[in-house]
Amino acid sequence: MTEKKRQIIVFLIFAAAALSAPFFLKDSYLITVLIFVGINTILAIGLNLLLGYAGQISLGHAAFFGLGAYISGILTTRFPLDPFLVMILAAFCAGALAFVIGFPILKLKGHYLAMATLGFGIIMYIVFNETVSVTGGPSGLSGIPYLSVGPLVFDNDWNNYYLVWISTLAVMLLAINLTQSRIGRALRAIHDSEVAARVMGVNARILKVQIFTVSAVISAFAGSLYAHVVTFIAPASFGFHFSVELLTMVVVGGLGSIYGSFLGAAILTMLPEFLRVFHDLDIIVYGLMLILMTMFMPGGLVSGIQMVTQYIAARKAKRKDEHAQA
Amino acid sequence: MQILRNEAYFLVYAAVTKYAAQRCIWTFYKVAMLKIKNINTYYGQAQALTNVSLHLSEGEIVTLIGANGAGKTTLLNSLSGIVPPQSGQIFFHDTPINNLAPHQIVRLGISQVAEGRQVFKPFSVDDNLELGAYLKQKFLSGKDKVKKNKEFVYDLFPILRERKKQLAGTLSGGEQQMLAIGRALMANPKLLLLDEPSMGLAPMVTQEIFRVIENFSREEKTTILLVEQNARAALKMAHRGYVLENGRMILEGMAAELLENKDVQRAYLGKDKKEIWER
Repeated sequence: MTEKKRQIIVFLIFAAAALSAPFFLKDSYLITVLIFVGINTILAIGLNLLLGYAGQISLGHAAFFGLGAYISGILTTRFPLDPFLVMILAAFCAGALAFVIGFPILKLKGHYLAMATLGFGIIMYIVFNETVSVTGGPSGLSGIPYLSVGPLVFDNDWNNYYLVWISTLAVMLLAINLTQSRIGRALRAIHDSEVAARVMGVNARILKVQIFTVSAVISAFAGSLYAHVVTFIAPASFGFHFSVELLTMVVVGGLGSIYGSFLGAAILTMLPEFLRVFHDLDIIVYGLMLILMTMFMPGGLVSGIQMVTQYIAARKAKRKDEHAQA
Repeated sequence: MQILRNEAYFLVYAAVTKYAAQRCIWTFYKVAMLKIKNINTYYGQAQALTNVSLHLSEGEIVTLIGANGAGKTTLLNSLSGIVPPQSGQIFFHDTPINNLAPHQIVRLGISQVAEGRQVFKPFSVDDNLELGAYLKQKFLSGKDKVKKNKEFVYDLFPILRERKKQLAGTLSGGEQQMLAIGRALMANPKLLLLDEPSMGLAPMVTQEIFRVIENFSREEKTTILLVEQNARAALKMAHRGYVLENGRMILEGMAAELLENKDVQRAYLGKDKKEIWER
């Protein structure tokens, strides 16, 4: 019970911090960056459910992100449909696609799974790029309407910030609940040893497909949000490069940690902005940071933070001991 | 008054017949709970089991002994659906289970304790046990039962209660084996498949685990199929035994008979020929 209480408190503090952040930020540019942090956090959580919990890699998650964005973008620009309804439709389509391809793909393991998902991502990228009459091709799709609820239109940074972050918190809550349930435990069991999990009565094959689907739905939802917030989408944002970036977010933040996903998303989104001071050297600094991080914090930032706090606590205890002896 | 008397007669009659029926089941009418008929199992092209048959009655402890690579683990894996047999039949309470998936077989009441104590190392002891009750937790009504089962397992292996919050990977070998057995028991199995519980353990720990298994089986009427390398200890505990060699069942019999069998003594109990013939 206390463990549960602790988690609720942590989440509430996080939510309060996220929702009050704009009041302390005078710079509207920073708010824009934080909007993208929010969207990337949703994506990272989606991928983390699959990679960090179930232990199944996906190198094509940008495809689901793109699918959500394009379905929302195309349908709302061409037809007078309610954007929220389209959002649900987009999530459903991505989920259905993931469910169908999940059955053959998730039979594969390790590198082969990585290759298959990579292939899927590239196929979707080509589809976004080449179906010019539908998606607008490489030059992109513009004029996507803003979301609106009654008289409230989400057309400025302030409004969009709350739209994105309330969504992010909702997804976070969902993910935390999912991972704390018996399903979450079963997912981690599959990660650890699939055979042992199956012997425990876990239907590993179906469960993997299900979590792949949930992950795709979350990604598509983030895609829809992205399309309506930015109002312009182009295939370049949904390519292989972004899939890898997502993967990096999850790994840097910490596999199997929801708050780690936020940390990873925040760092990978904000770092390039802050590294502008290095001018052309920014990419080198960026790469160096990633290398150092994987060397010294292989468990991701969250485990790194835990390591540091444990170290400090141990130091304190030691000093107390010495005091007592003296 | 007449009515009351009739009622009393009836109650006595019902109790007696019920008791008789139960006695009957335990004494005369021992049904084969598990029947394996001529199964053949392959790993790719290589045949691991050839026409293996076996049966288990309710409440029995049966051991399966044999050398390395004889196919003991394969037989258990065929039973639990991890490596389904290519031909032959397996009946559990007269239901064919050879075509079922592992999770369906667990649901029917067969739990396997996999070889080499496959506990989930990054999980706490408590979480490992909860996972054993995965299928039970599906329904809200199962929650209390799970709690009760957990207490039962902790009573069976008190050391696990002390280590409740500890990660399973940090336990000693014996504790991990206890945890693996406890985890399997969380599903309330009717049939427990134990795959080499003594593997890599000190003799003292092995003895302790065997003692718990034996007591447990007697008290809970759980049927046990025990695969062991340590033939002597296994045969001492079991009622019956089977001997597997190169994927074929070469011998079966009462455990006491097998202990006396000269071939078994020579091959699995470490007595050489001279010792046997001189006696």
